[in-house]
Amino acid sequence: MKFGVVQFPGSNCDFDTFHVLRNVMKRETALLWHKDHDLQGVDCVVLPGGFSYGDYLRSGAIARFSPLMQEVKAFARAGGHVLGICNGFQILLELGLLPGAMIRNKNLKFLCQHVRIRIENEKTDFTRAGRKGQVLRIPIAHFDGNYYAPARVLKDIERHRQVVFRYCDAEGNITEEANVNGSLGNIAGIRNREGNVLGLMPHPERASEALLGSEDGRTIFASLILSLERRKPARRPVRRERARHD
Amino acid sequence: MKVRILVSFKDSVLDPQGQTVKNALHTLGYAAVKDVRQGKVFELELEGATKKEAETLVPEIARRVLANPIIEKFDWQIIKDR
Repeated sequence: MKFGVVQFPGSNCDFDTFHVLRNVMKRETALLWHKDHDLQGVDCVVLPGGFSYGDYLRSGAIARFSPLMQEVKAFARAGGHVLGICNGFQILLELGLLPGAMIRNKNLKFLCQHVRIRIENEKTDFTRAGRKGQVLRIPIAHFDGNYYAPARVLKDIERHRQVVFRYCDAEGNITEEANVNGSLGNIAGIRNREGNVLGLMPHPERASEALLGSEDGRTIFASLILSLERRKPARRPVRRERARHD
Repeated sequence: MKVRILVSFKDSVLDPQGQTVKNALHTLGYAAVKDVRQGKVFELELEGATKKEAETLVPEIARRVLANPIIEKFDWQIIKDR
């Protein structure tokens, strides 16, 4: 399968994400420029973290008008898999592919730290390599990660099991203390109702190699690979020799 | 024509920045300040638009771009007629 990582002016996790997908997960990965109109035949689009357009107006508010995002929107509406990480999550919310919005962290601080998130729903294309209730240790780095949705929408999200990750403590308890940014319901990541679009604030690409202190983030990428490669026959034979890329 | 658009959080949405400003004002002794809501102001210069056209155009721009209708509301007025 082939991943595509979208680059906006101000993206700063694009190469980290690209590196993990290509060199750690060993899958073909393309960089997609926001002004292009071509998704280059990718099976999964990843919107990386960063500060697209300097976070001007609102986080993710300008990026959604990029030419490529119109393609991404159509791709997602047709069932294509889209993963939004941090700023990518904010863009998906602004684009309307995911419900809700982000407001400033409750303590008004830019939070850059490791957090723990619990897998709430292991039956998604983004989590099937994990276990229900599994606690992942993954870093966050954001100013606006305080998830908000009107009460009616929130109820709807919970009813359809769209909450995929919640902030928790080391034992997996959902506590107010673990809810570092003040998100409603400790929400760290949600999917759309159809299940092909996921957004999360933590950065799995920063927790995919033991050298960086945690490999828990690989669960998400491994799940996607599992889901997408099982769904359809590989278009090309798996090339195992494609190992050296550093 | 020049219009001014004010975007602010809906009453139902917590405004942590406004809260912080309020706390600072209280620290300074302004006990009369009961609440603070922070917002954004945009001034748009419109060319060749009539007042009637502005009444359609401005709310459309505010809804689509300037405000996020999930968390924000907006208000606008004409500040220069021509």
